[in-house]
Amino acid sequence: MKLLVCIKQVPDMESRFKVNESGDWFSEADLAYRMNEYDEYAVEQAVQLREQLGDSAELTVLSIGPDRVVEAIKKALAMGCDRGAHIQDPAVHKKDPWQVASIIAEYARDKKYDLIFTGMQSQDRGSAQIGVTVAELLGYASATTLVNFEYADGTVKGKRELEGGIKSVVRMKLPALVTCQLGLNVPRYPTLPNIMKAKKKEIEAVPVGNVLKEDSLSASNSFYPPVKSGGGVVLEGDVADLVDKLVGILKEKNFVAK
Amino acid sequence: MKALLIAEYRDGKLLENIYELIAFAGKIGADTATVLVGDAANVPRCSGTLYLADVAKYSEYNPELHKQLILAAVSKENPDYIVFSHSSYGWDLAPRVAASLKIAQVSEVVKVIDGNFEVGCCNAKMRRIVKPSTAKSVVTLQAGAFSMEGEPQGTPTVVALDVAGGGNVEFLGYEPAEAKDVDLGKAEIIVSAGRGVGKKDNIPVIAALAKALGGELGASRPVVDAGWVEHSHQVGTTGQTVSPKLYVACGISGAIQHLAGMKKSDFIIAINKDKDAPIGEVADVLVVADVMQLAPALTEKLRK
Ligand SMILES: Cc1cc2nc3c(=O)[nH]c(=O)nc-3n(C[C@H](O)[C@H](O)[C@H](O)COP(=O)(O)OP(=O)(O)OC[C@H]3O[C@@H](n4cnc5c(N)ncnc54)[C@H](O)[C@@H]3O)c2cc1C
Repeated sequence: MKLLVCIKQVPDMESRFKVNESGDWFSEADLAYRMNEYDEYAVEQAVQLREQLGDSAELTVLSIGPDRVVEAIKKALAMGCDRGAHIQDPAVHKKDPWQVASIIAEYARDKKYDLIFTGMQSQDRGSAQIGVTVAELLGYASATTLVNFEYADGTVKGKRELEGGIKSVVRMKLPALVTCQLGLNVPRYPTLPNIMKAKKKEIEAVPVGNVLKEDSLSASNSFYPPVKSGGGVVLEGDVADLVDKLVGILKEKNFVAK
Repeated sequence: MKALLIAEYRDGKLLENIYELIAFAGKIGADTATVLVGDAANVPRCSGTLYLADVAKYSEYNPELHKQLILAAVSKENPDYIVFSHSSYGWDLAPRVAASLKIAQVSEVVKVIDGNFEVGCCNAKMRRIVKPSTAKSVVTLQAGAFSMEGEPQGTPTVVALDVAGGGNVEFLGYEPAEAKDVDLGKAEIIVSAGRGVGKKDNIPVIAALAKALGGELGASRPVVDAGWVEHSHQVGTTGQTVSPKLYVACGISGAIQHLAGMKKSDFIIAINKDKDAPIGEVADVLVVADVMQLAPALTEKLRK
């Protein structure tokens, strides 16, 4: 059985985002990168299935982006993926979701994966489009926002998380694609021996030009912080001062006795 | 201009978010038609045509068939925009429709600025304008971003919608949310712990602050997913919606799904080391500090 998990590398969301020179995305300077949080759950679920199936299965991890994304691929390999595919694209932020999904589908088409895992969305773009669009392009069944996943005999059974924490139980036959929600499992930390083993695993490099066959359907030329709407107070400074000020506010608002 | 609005139906009921879609259509000055896989006893108050497909036949979740139904309505109405809520129904279905028609999708629109769609990015810290390059486009709207002024009105002209075919995802039923052992909805003061608290061992520090203020402990989702705090304490779209007199967010960034659960609180204090954290947008007071230094000091002072 052939498995694919698609991951994205994103900046740490606690970073200060500065606008790049072309004004359409963040400046790469001074940012620390990590695997998109949702994708960690996708990798973990794919690895668990790989372990369940044993050596009859092969799990590929794919990522699109500049050279730095190899770090995220290596982490997924250390978590237990068998091989990597790096679609080399220094300007992936200029692609729209349609192009990103088309690139993945183009790469995957002749490989005939039985099951594809993605995160439900990325932390930076958050379009929540890629997984489903890949499935549509490949003609696979798909379901989004899984918080529970089971596989047996060619059938995936999953629970989709709905608003209010209600779950919707769904079932589909392979080939299929699932998008993974936070809390689906507990993503493992790669151990040192597995990090060492991962160094020997193959990472196929594919220039994006080989798999980009589609023009974009949408464009974005802007990136800016939200206009501050709330007239809230910002308190900064020494902790003891801050505590005094806060207690003052809490008293004034009658949350604590004066 | 024409917008085709996709209404939602769950567990035998029409969802109210259809009125957010109507508000959006009003904002962009579009006439509307609506699609609903539901039943005739539960139609929205709106104008225009309502394409109604029978939920008994098409199920509450059958993305392939629902897509086909929407495509059938698209070919009748020829809309400029096909509009969904950015909900578990909408984000699942919208890309299927967009891919079938090979048209742009703009996800989770928060605002319309001069006819352009503004969306959030980088965990709500930044914004972008995304412009479709195709004549038609699919749009999903952030929950709560658009609301109607006044009561919804009108009676739609109902047209039955049918397509042939099966589908490739089987819907087996719902599972209720986990039972609540605390009803945060009744609490007047809630002090919530977010990932910024650092580790499970630090939760008692936040719980102590909650106690010193006479409130309940709440939590953001990662804290619950990691097992630091039980699910019944989770605030947000997939947890509880609360509106206490005082909400204190400790080390919580302010993602939309968290804000949706607490932004109606009367007074909000956020403690965050990041001055740019989006929680600042709803906070009455943003305290820029390390919560693990501030919270114990505040608790001690309150106890005196
Ligand atoms: C469909 C869906 C449903 C969801 N439902 C929910 C939901 O119901 N509830 C919910 O909460 N989330 C929900 N989420 C997740 C949500 O998108 C965010 O990922 C989550 O709210 C982030 O939690 P957080 O703010 O605790 O963590 P982060 O976003 O990681 O933020 C941590 C914050 O702590 C600050 N910080 C770090 N260290 C310190 C320190 N020492 N002192 C002070 N501050 C510090 C950081 O600056 C940062 O702002 C949902 C997501 C999806 C896609």
